[in-house]
Order: sequence, then C-alpha cells, then structure tokens
Amino acid sequence: MHPAISVIFFTTASGAGYGLLALTGIGLALGLVPADRLFGLIALGLALTLVTAGLLASTLHLGHPERAWRAFSQWRSSWLSREGVASVLTYVPAAVFAAGWVLFGRTGSMIVLAGLLAALGALVTVYTTSMIYASLRTIPEWANGYTTPVYLLLAAMSGAVLLNAVAAMFGGEPVVGWVAAALLAAGWALKLAAWRANDTRAPPVTAGRATGLGDGAVRSIEWPHTAENYVLKEMGYRVARKHARQLRRIAWICAFAVPLALVLVSLAAGGAAAIAAASAACVFAGLGLVVERWLFFAEARHVAALYYRPAV
Amino acid sequence: MTGLQKSTGRKLGLVIDLDTCVGCQACVTSCKEWNTGGHMAPLTDIDPYGEAPDGVWFNRVHTYEQEVETGPGTNRGTGTGTGSRTVHFPRSCLHCDEPACVTVCPTGASYKRASDGIVLVDEDKCIGCKLCSWACPYGAREYDTEVGVMKKCTLCVDRIYNDNLPEADRVPACVASCPVGARHFGDLGDETSPVSQLVAARGGVDLMPELGYRPVNKYLPPRERHADAGAAPLEPVGGEGGFFAWVDRMLSR
Repeated sequence: MHPAISVIFFTTASGAGYGLLALTGIGLALGLVPADRLFGLIALGLALTLVTAGLLASTLHLGHPERAWRAFSQWRSSWLSREGVASVLTYVPAAVFAAGWVLFGRTGSMIVLAGLLAALGALVTVYTTSMIYASLRTIPEWANGYTTPVYLLLAAMSGAVLLNAVAAMFGGEPVVGWVAAALLAAGWALKLAAWRANDTRAPPVTAGRATGLGDGAVRSIEWPHTAENYVLKEMGYRVARKHARQLRRIAWICAFAVPLALVLVSLAAGGAAAIAAASAACVFAGLGLVVERWLFFAEARHVAALYYRPAV
Repeated sequence: MTGLQKSTGRKLGLVIDLDTCVGCQACVTSCKEWNTGGHMAPLTDIDPYGEAPDGVWFNRVHTYEQEVETGPGTNRGTGTGTGSRTVHFPRSCLHCDEPACVTVCPTGASYKRASDGIVLVDEDKCIGCKLCSWACPYGAREYDTEVGVMKKCTLCVDRIYNDNLPEADRVPACVASCPVGARHFGDLGDETSPVSQLVAARGGVDLMPELGYRPVNKYLPPRERHADAGAAPLEPVGGEGGFFAWVDRMLSR
C-alpha cells in the first residue's frame, strides 16, 4: 500500500498524544505523577498538541477536506467515522481535565474522573484507528490479530516515553520510567512477532481465484494500460525486500532498543543527565515509530495487486 | 446511509464470458466515452498524450497466460504435459451484495441502491479519503485527483433507465459495444432471467468468493477445447521415392 505521509504522521503523532493523555489521566488518579499545575500544562499541552496536529494532518490527504464534517455521520458501519466521532468526543473530558488542572489548579475527584474518562476516550480512539486497518479483508498484513494490539501498545509506549521525559523535568518518577521500559520491551516483542507472522503468512487468495480461472498458474502478460494507474500506485506499492530488512532494523533499533536503553539511563541517572536521556528517548522513539508506520503501509500487499502478478 | 439492506430486490449486473472475449478493448473505450459525459463525469485524463498518461477508467481489460493440462481431449498438442492458454479478462465493479466499499465509507457518499443493487458514489458527499478503494478486492474504484473524489462503474445507470434511448440501447455501454457478445447484462437476482440461466449453463463463477463480498457480476470460464478442434496435424510428404522426392532432389541441386 502507498504510504501517505499525512496518515503516517497522523497515526504516530496522535497515537503518542493519546497515549500520553491516557497515562497522564491514569497517573494523576493513582498519584504517580505530580499534581503540579506546570506538570499538567506540559504533559497535557504536549498530548493535546500531538493529538490535534495528527488529526489536522489526517485531513491533508483528503480530496475535499472542507467536507470532513460529513465523516461523523456513518458511525453505524464505518470504523473511520467511529474514529472521527471518538476523537472529537475525547476532547470533552480532556478539555475539562486540562482546564480544571492547569487553569484552575484543581485535582479533586471530578477532575480525576475527567482524566480517567479522557484516558478511556483515548483508548477507544486508538482502537477505532486500528480497526480501520484490521477490518480490511483485502490486506492480510492488516486484517489479523496483531494490528489492534500493536496500535494500542505502541500508542501507550510512545505516550509513556513522553511522560517519562516530562517527569524527568520534575525530578523523575521511577514508576513512570519502569512502565515506559516495560511497554518498550513489550512493544518490541509484539512488533517482532507481527513482522514474523507477516513473513510466514500464506497468501489468502491466488491470481487464479482473482480471475476465476481456477487451477493452473495465472500470469499477467499484458496490462490494461501503458503507464501506471491509480490501482497500481495506491495498491501495488512495493518496497524492495532488502530495503524492508534494513528499514525493519532501523525501526526496532530506533523505536524500541535505543529508547529502552535511554529510559533505563534516565532511571539510573539524576538531574540533567536523566532529562537528556529521557528526552533523547522521545526523539528516537518518534523516528523509529515513523519508520515502523511507513513499513506498516509499504509492506502491506493488497489483493487487487494479484491482477498484475507476477510483475507487482 | 452506508448500512446495507438485507437484500436488494433486483440484482442488476454483468455476466462476462472469458471464452469469447478477444481483448479488443471496445468495451473499455465505449465505457470511457459514455461515462466521461455521464453520471460520474468527467473521467479525468491527466497528460493523455504525454510521457506518463494517467486517468480514470471504470473498465480495464487484462491479458493473462494460464498453465493448463495438455493431452487427449484438448487441442494443445498431442502429448500430455503442461501448455498454456491466453485469456482476456475485463475487470470492473462487480456491484457486490456485501460491498465493504460502502460500509467503510465515513460520509455516506458510497451507497448500494435498494431497488436494483447498483453501487454508486455521491460525488457531492465524497471527501476523497480513498478508504473505499482499499476495501475493494477487485481494484474497481479509481480516484480522480483533479476532482478530488472517488469514481467507479455506475452500470451505466444513466443508460439502462434512459427513456430517451431506444429500448435496445438501454444496456451498459460496454455491453452494447462488445463485438463478440462476451458481455451480458441482466437481473442476477432472478433465477429465470437469461443471464442467470447462462451462468447456470456455463458454470459461471464469483471472483475471490473466499473474501465474502458476494459479487453480483459473474465470469464464465473458458470452455474446454475438444480434441477434434482445429485442423489435423500435417503428414510429412516425400520420402525415398515418388514424384515429391524427385521434385525435392531437383530443387535441392
């Protein structure tokens, strides 16, 4: 599948933003993060900026962004519509949470409840995002049991890495650091398993089934067009195998291995060193997740490409 | 509404005969010609006479080579083994009974008509998110980058109900233009209709039935060739003696 930059930025940025929003809400409820107004400003400001920037970016690939409001209407059948509804609804408790904590300095039970509702909204929104992909039977690399756990875990993971960096500025919160480390390790293991599953999965359907010609190898000998067309550009996108291998290595090193090491350093060190390590972990995780998300699209093979086999 | 009705009354669609299709592309060009002025107009072309022409088409005809058994009962050589055949394959929207392209649409722009099962796009509602094209296993939808909306086969909804046309012309443009009668139009929801009987008689198939889209359009597979089809193999002439051997000797001097 063609990797659209706006969708890659949207899913990584808003994923991290929702992860940070959810963990901040849960962290405040459990007393794991300081109830400091400045902490709330930085954590929630960062979370809502990432979420909003991601959502705005997601409209950039639309042919008619001015009609985007129509996308809230078909939530009965469409995961994309549900994502739109969930993302907007999540702003309500998130706004109460942020305004109550940061503007009015309240961290009482009502504000904590708003924070937990914002966490729930964030969870639901990322879930709906994942289901847009997981529900597409046309793309076996997406329509499997890994897609939703990967989206949820990587959102929580990137949010935890960000929260650890914010916490480091306030003297560090060991529990937050350990949660980030655990989520990095879990995300690493899950993503490796998802890649392995994609490498070993048998194709669900053959060119013989796609053309109705049945048994006997079917080979395209003449395309219906002399240049590329929409189907080939959008659905026939292929990444060279050797490049995919290198990019996977870059993805797991940047997204998981380096941030894990840096988060552990931030736990061990104190003061400026901890802040530097925790911040660097955010940069690496962000870069690594962009590569991971690019591969999520580029390595996905749509069944419509069967009509162009073996060339595509 | 992108929700689907339990069942549409009629199921209008195409039956495409892979046995008779000669790959002439007449259906492709007549589709383009009609529809660039029709319901989903325009069918934008970008750089049509340049280096990298691109554009929107509802109907594309591929050509495939398929490995097939040879031997007795076929006309592909006398020995048994593997040979091949060439098949021309028109590809367009199948107006599925379970169109995921419709249910994934966030705006309601994509819809399936309850009256006849035709799947259409309302260009005024489409936001151009392209998700419907991702949901289609058949690559039937093509995005118009100029207009910013998704486009697809309308089954010539503006021909088949068009009172301004003579009754014989109220069929999709691709069907009207096919010179070999490889394309048939009718109600596949009615078991007694000519198209349904044709599908039953010829063993018509669904494309990728395992994906569960329940396409309405059917494809008729190529017929088995008969051993007596075509001319008998030539016998070697000449030999040691006789007239032809004499001619051969004379000419070989």
